[in-house]
Amino acid sequence: MALGVSKKEKIDDLAETAGVSLAASAWKRLKRSPVFLTGAVIIGIFILISLLSPWLAPHNPSDPMLIDQVIKARNEIPPAQPGHPLGGDLQGRDFLSRLLIGSQQTLIVGIGATVIGLTGGLILGTLAGAIGGWVDSAVMRIVDVMLSLPSLLLAFSIAAMFARPSQFTVILAVAIVQIPVFARLLRGSMLAQRHSDHVLAATALGVKKGAIVFRHMLPNSLGPVIVQSTLVLATAIIEAAALSFLGLGNPDDRIPEWGQMLGDVQKVFDTHPQLAAYPAICIIIVALGFTLMGETLREALDPKNRR
Amino acid sequence: MALLEVRDLSVVFQRRGEEPFIAVDGVSFDVEPGQTVGLVGESGCGKSVTSLAIMGLLPKRGAKITGTVKYDGTDLLKLSDREMRDRRGRDLGMVFQDPLSSLNPVVPIGLQVSEVLERHRGMPRKEAMIEAKDLLDKVGIPDPNRRLKEYPHQLSGGMRQRALIAIALACRPKLLIADEPTTALDVTIQAQILSLMKELVQDLGTALVMITHDLGVVAGLCDEVNVLYGGKVVEKAMRHKLFAEPRHPYTHGLLASIPRLDAEPGEKLTPIKGSVADNIPWSQGCAFAPRCPNALDVCVQVTPAEEDQLGRLLRCHNPVVPGTPAAEEVPV
Repeated sequence: MALGVSKKEKIDDLAETAGVSLAASAWKRLKRSPVFLTGAVIIGIFILISLLSPWLAPHNPSDPMLIDQVIKARNEIPPAQPGHPLGGDLQGRDFLSRLLIGSQQTLIVGIGATVIGLTGGLILGTLAGAIGGWVDSAVMRIVDVMLSLPSLLLAFSIAAMFARPSQFTVILAVAIVQIPVFARLLRGSMLAQRHSDHVLAATALGVKKGAIVFRHMLPNSLGPVIVQSTLVLATAIIEAAALSFLGLGNPDDRIPEWGQMLGDVQKVFDTHPQLAAYPAICIIIVALGFTLMGETLREALDPKNRR
Repeated sequence: MALLEVRDLSVVFQRRGEEPFIAVDGVSFDVEPGQTVGLVGESGCGKSVTSLAIMGLLPKRGAKITGTVKYDGTDLLKLSDREMRDRRGRDLGMVFQDPLSSLNPVVPIGLQVSEVLERHRGMPRKEAMIEAKDLLDKVGIPDPNRRLKEYPHQLSGGMRQRALIAIALACRPKLLIADEPTTALDVTIQAQILSLMKELVQDLGTALVMITHDLGVVAGLCDEVNVLYGGKVVEKAMRHKLFAEPRHPYTHGLLASIPRLDAEPGEKLTPIKGSVADNIPWSQGCAFAPRCPNALDVCVQVTPAEEDQLGRLLRCHNPVVPGTPAAEEVPV
């Protein structure tokens, strides 16, 4: 009986893969990959938490409600207590609420920086890879210069250029640093596509240049860029945290941010390591989730891996 | 006037600081509508470069093309990029060697067929898809409605090559160039593809330039055969004449090296000695001379001229005497 069912499923499977789109078949395989599911669950929970955090957070993250405890104990950190499961921070604000609300900033900065970086990289990479010649040389030299600087240092310099740091300057600084990575990656695979047989075949059919670039070269070059963008989500989150940690982020600490929380508790790290551990673990888990998703996504979207 | 007239076509590849490489050296041939002309030779003899030069697909920089390629009276080599792009796919079709890598892996077959129709015949997508279905049907792809939505990797090798032929013939080009269309396929599929091409060429009256190293393909398909060596045509004749009586030692060697079904068991194959790399420049004699069993002293001193011998063009100082059996066995 059971055999009969699985056989039927298999036949259905075969019938289904026969005429489905690449995306549909990729999704079918992703559903079965435990690694992808782990990453997806992490990211799903993270996004849910950040969207629902205003309702999830037990207290106002900017309200110094435990400040009398801090004053009484002479700069002591309020310990965990009923109503405040993770205790408070240096200013007596509820730590759990700050962690929850902080996920919003991480999400905005991560996605914002990646989208801007990806857009810039796609434009530059397509220009260089499709036109070639001196355009290619010019774009790639700029990219080389940007890549020759350590990425964090470059992000710091860009963030420091703005007189008044804000959330937007953080996003911009992190995004600009990612542009050359995307541009070089895309240009490399575009060049490989340019000399491929199917592009020659399309040229031999008189297909117009624009169609060759956008229908034949670009879609075949996007695989590595998609992977890179999920990996960049992870690095963007870490770099944004680093900027905030060093005080180049949003100076308004009423809106909590994980990197900034990490920076605030440096002074008391010896006595209260858990205050650093909580935001650090959050950053690591979210970055890991994006990395896991990116890797499996790449494998699934590769047409050669289709079964 | 023939549909395609190639005259003195030469292609020289040149890189700064390097000796120029003459890939094609004064090749001339004609193709009439409905006629199939073969370009035959080993790897590196200039077959593919000739086809790319006709299609205008050689890189602008580094490749110097001289001579004329007249299609219906217009010299294709003088056309602008845009004019040439309009002709490719519409007037000139091309089928490539490797059917898998010549199809776009991320675009469904149907869209790849309809793309040409939309481009050259200005059809709207819907109409082009219906036409695409008919085309797939015509080249013998079963269940064309399903195949339209499939990706190249879901098709078998033979079906991919059929799809490529459908794409190449979508706009009914008057000239089709097939660059070793059967090399990547196994023997039974080869036979199917060849008979399909023969059929289509006859039905549509398409002129076909067949590029191959496989003399079996030539015997089955071509009306006229050009044998190339080192970028020059060394012998040109109608198919029957060439097979019955090869006069150039190279043609003779090629035919003698084909394994025969009626050979005695244990009989050795008769290869041509040496490799394509063992040649001398045409300017100093005959490029084939170092490998030629008939070579004389004059062969490495004077470039043999092209001679017309009763409908056969021959470039040789000491041609094979008609009736000579296969070259002597090579001692191992």
